[in-house]
Parts: sequence; structure tokens; C-alpha cells
Amino acid sequence: MPTLFRRGEFHAFAGDGAPYLYLVPSAAVFRLDDASVAVLDAIGDRDIAPADLARSLSDRFPLPDVKSAIEELVRIRAVKAFEAPVNPPIAPAPVVAAPMVTPPKKRVPLTTLVVNVTSKCNLSCTYCYEYGEDKITEASTKPRFMDEATAKQSVDFLFAESGDQQSVNLTFFGGETLLNYKVLKVALAYARERGAELGKRVEASLTTNGTLLRPEIIDWLAENDVGVTVSMDGNKEQQDQFRVFKNGMGSYDTIAPNVKDLLSRKMRRPVGARVTLTKQNLDVVSIYRHLADEMGFYEVGFAPVTTSWQRDYAIQDEGFFAMLEQFQFLAAEYLEFALAGKRHRFSNVRDTLEEIHKGLSKSHPCGAGMGLMGVATDGDVALCHRFAGSDTHKLGTVSGGVDRALQDDYLTRHHIESKTDCSKCWARPLCAGGCYHEAHTRYGDTQHANLHYCEWIRSWTNTCLEVYGAIAEKRPEFLQQFD
Amino acid sequence: MARLKAVNQKARRVDQQTLDPKDIAQDVVGLQGGAPGSPTGPNVPLGCSFVFSPGWEVDSSGGTAGLCQPVERDLYDCHITCFWPAHVPDLYNHAPDWVAKCASAQKDWRKIDLIFP
Repeated sequence: MPTLFRRGEFHAFAGDGAPYLYLVPSAAVFRLDDASVAVLDAIGDRDIAPADLARSLSDRFPLPDVKSAIEELVRIRAVKAFEAPVNPPIAPAPVVAAPMVTPPKKRVPLTTLVVNVTSKCNLSCTYCYEYGEDKITEASTKPRFMDEATAKQSVDFLFAESGDQQSVNLTFFGGETLLNYKVLKVALAYARERGAELGKRVEASLTTNGTLLRPEIIDWLAENDVGVTVSMDGNKEQQDQFRVFKNGMGSYDTIAPNVKDLLSRKMRRPVGARVTLTKQNLDVVSIYRHLADEMGFYEVGFAPVTTSWQRDYAIQDEGFFAMLEQFQFLAAEYLEFALAGKRHRFSNVRDTLEEIHKGLSKSHPCGAGMGLMGVATDGDVALCHRFAGSDTHKLGTVSGGVDRALQDDYLTRHHIESKTDCSKCWARPLCAGGCYHEAHTRYGDTQHANLHYCEWIRSWTNTCLEVYGAIAEKRPEFLQQFD
Repeated sequence: MARLKAVNQKARRVDQQTLDPKDIAQDVVGLQGGAPGSPTGPNVPLGCSFVFSPGWEVDSSGGTAGLCQPVERDLYDCHITCFWPAHVPDLYNHAPDWVAKCASAQKDWRKIDLIFP
């Protein structure tokens, strides 16, 4: 049986003009030389015999160069070598059964617990998934505020599920988190005390809309090393479109002074902004300028609003394109900063670069239901904070623990190998089908791949790979921070 | 690798995991292999059962002076490779009845005597 060569699975990209490969599914990044580029070009999309391949390149490269290039490409699986049957089968190829996915043999310890200390909010942001038109939680049947006992049980649950992890993350969320300042304060003090007894470090963080950042609360945040993320959509005009009080009044004038106060404090954990992009608020660059340069946030991260497609504020195709262009503009700026040894604050690039550098190849799009879980006000445990309070996405309770059968079933059904839509996509090691909550809101099914932003994800991943390649080319020491 | 350069962490791991054995060691010796890519030490075979040494004998004149290796070679083997030189004399020429009193090695091994050339 003669050996044939065929193209393996990879995405080719350029880093500052130099040829690079992103291999799928390993997520390894290799830089190519001229001979290996020529080999891949010569193979193209067909099956080719070694002798034909060598002949087609013989006028450009010495044979040993071609041979070693093929050897190395086969080794990293950029090229597949296979034995071709002498007589091709007449019958059609047998249908390959869907790969069997088994739940991970080793349980992933819980490292992050997102505790929804309240489901109440003092703002009425039109696009909110918790209260708006796309809500999935049974908020009316649950207490609006978590009580102290449940908060402490949540902390115990986190420690109990954290296995041999030396450090755990306790994150408070809402509603508006600070509406239940009283309980989260008690919960964190309890967590630190129990952590000291158990020899585990507790990293705490919270997300807030910024309306309640009074000086005493800011003091407490600074003293307790609490990482803070402020949900904010930009300057006054941008913020006040959707982030409004119940009477429709914009919230910018209330939160801007609070945020300035917070940012002027010396915090061990840097303060970040988290922006929700909508069809009406897509000027990423000007939002970034305001939040990073004028307000002084340490990092600014953007995410498109999670909503069903027919909503007025849903980002449609042309909107995704506009968003991509601006992300790319900021990515180019990030690269410029990185090469000059300066820190850029666009966290979407930074986070993706870190994932590329580590070579993450995800079995699931995120840690929800594995290393991360969310707790509702009544102590029900769900996949993540976005599902906390939804009875259909419940995985257990903080007092009774995790229902392992439910968890295993969930992990099996949501494994990337179960998403046939993703099986041919080169971006799947990083995307893995995207956010469950987004899928649930768009398609009514957490297992559904987020097909509405595939093109966007591939383009954006390619942009980040190019930034990564360019940094690797011109200032590789910059990447050491991700080691 | 000569043509490709591993850039990210995963690529470095792929590189390590797929090293060709011929790149790791010049010589294939029993029990030598560690994990692919582990540092290669001296090619000292470990484990007595993998060592074959014919032991010392006598030279054509009946002495040891003309042997191709000195008898001390055995001591060295013993020192380096946990090899115990349990040497058998030449049963064809010099000691054909060396094991005559040893019907069963397990029972009678004490009866086997030393032989001096």
C-alpha cells in the first residue's frame, strides 16, 4: 500500500509577514520555514504521493530539506501520512458513528464560585438578561436577598468542592451586588477565616453597576483586596441609553463620581470595566477611550449583549462586522503598545493572547459546571451565575452538594465532540461552541453552537493569532508574562 | 526541529512528546528510556538481567595475561551495573566435570568449587 500525504487540520496565519500555523485540535503554534511552507502549498487540498511531492519541489529545494520538512510536519500533524488502499472500495465509506464522549475521569475541582447575593437591582437596564425580555430565572419564587446562613453555606460548599486547590475564588454577583453589602461582607470575613483554618487562600471579587460605591464601601473593598469590575457602557450618552434607573433616568451622573473615587484609591487588585455592546452602542473605540484613557480603568473588556435576535438592541450581521473592525483597530493598537513595552488596557486581546500562548484546547467553552458554578439567593447551585435561579439548569444545592449524575450528564452533552457544527472549525480549540447562556437565549438550547457569531469568532481569533505571531516575531520576551 | 519553530507552550509540549527516539539516544539499551525528551544520561544499562558478559577465562597459554580484557573488567562491571560476575569456567577444555557434583543447582550449588587456571 503506497503512502500518501494529506493536509492535516490547521489554520495558517501571518505574524508580521512570517508564516505561522495554528494546529487543530492541539492548539500548538509553530513558525514555518520556506521549505515547510512550500511542502504545505504543494500538498494543498489533495492527496499526494511522496515521490510526486518531492518532484514538484525539486527545482526549488534540495531533497534533504524537503524530506526533513515533511518529517517535521507529519510529526506535529500538520500533514497526515496514510496508507492508501490499492483498490479503492466500491461500496460507500461506512458511516462513522458519532464519537463517544465520556465524562472526564478525574473530577475538576471547583475553583470559582459566583454567589448571587441578590437578584434585586436598582437599575433597569433594558437589555438585562436577568430582568429583561430574555430572563430565564424563576426570580419571583426565590428570595430577593441571600441570607447570611446561605452565604456561609456557599463558602463551605466552595471549600468542600475545591479538592486540593490551594487557592479559591469567591465572586459576588447580582442583581446589584452591593444591595446586599451586609451579607457579602459577612460571607467574605467568614471565607477568609475558614480559609486560614484550612490553609487555602481566598481571592475575592465582585461586579457592580457602580451606583452604590460609597466611600465606606470603597474602603472595605481596598482593605479586603476585593477585585472590582464595574459594568459600564461608556461616556454619558453611551451609558444612559440602556443603563437607566427605573424612572428612565440615566445612571452616568450617579456612577461617574463613584468610579473616579474608586479608581483614585490604591487597590491591590486592579479595577476593570465591562462593557455590554448593543446595536445602538457599538462605537468600541470611543467607549474604550473614555473608560481607559479618561476614566482610568486598568482594563476594559467588551461583550456583545446576550439576547434573542429579534430584539431591537440585538447586534445583527452588519453590527458584528462593525464591531470586528473596531476590535481590530484596538488590537493593532495593542500590538503597537506591546512592541513599545507599554501596557494596553483592551482586555479582550490580552485574555485571548494568554489562551493562545498556553495552547488551550477546550473540551467545553468555559468552566461552567466544572471549575466554576453559580449560586442563587436560595442556595441552589447552577452552571454559572447566569443560570443561577433557573430550576432547569440546577446542578445541586450548597447544603446538599452537587448532583454528580446531573453534572456528568451535562458535561457529556456539552463536550465539543458532541457539537457536530463545530467539528470542522479551526477555531474550536478556543471557542468550543461559545457561551451556553448565549446559546440558550438565541436557540433555546444550551447545547447549540452559537452559529450566529462563527464568522466573527474566526475573524477575531485570526486577528489575535496575528497579533500573537507579530509579538513572537519582534518582541518574544513580551509573551513571558503568560508563562 | 530544524524547519519548524515551536512558539507557544503547547507547541513546545508537542515537540517534546513527538521526539523521535533516534534524536534522544544514540543507542538503544534495555531499561534506558525515560519519558520522551527526558535528559539523556550515559548509556549505562541498568538491571542485571540485561547484561551479558562472557566473564574471564584463560588465554591460550592457560594464563590470564593474554586476554583481550583484563580480569579487572569484571570488577568494573560489578561496580557500575550491579552486575554480579558469576563466572562459569570453560567447560569444554579446562573443566569438563566442573558441575559433576551438582545434579540440581538449587540444592547442590554449594558443591561447585572455584577453579584456578
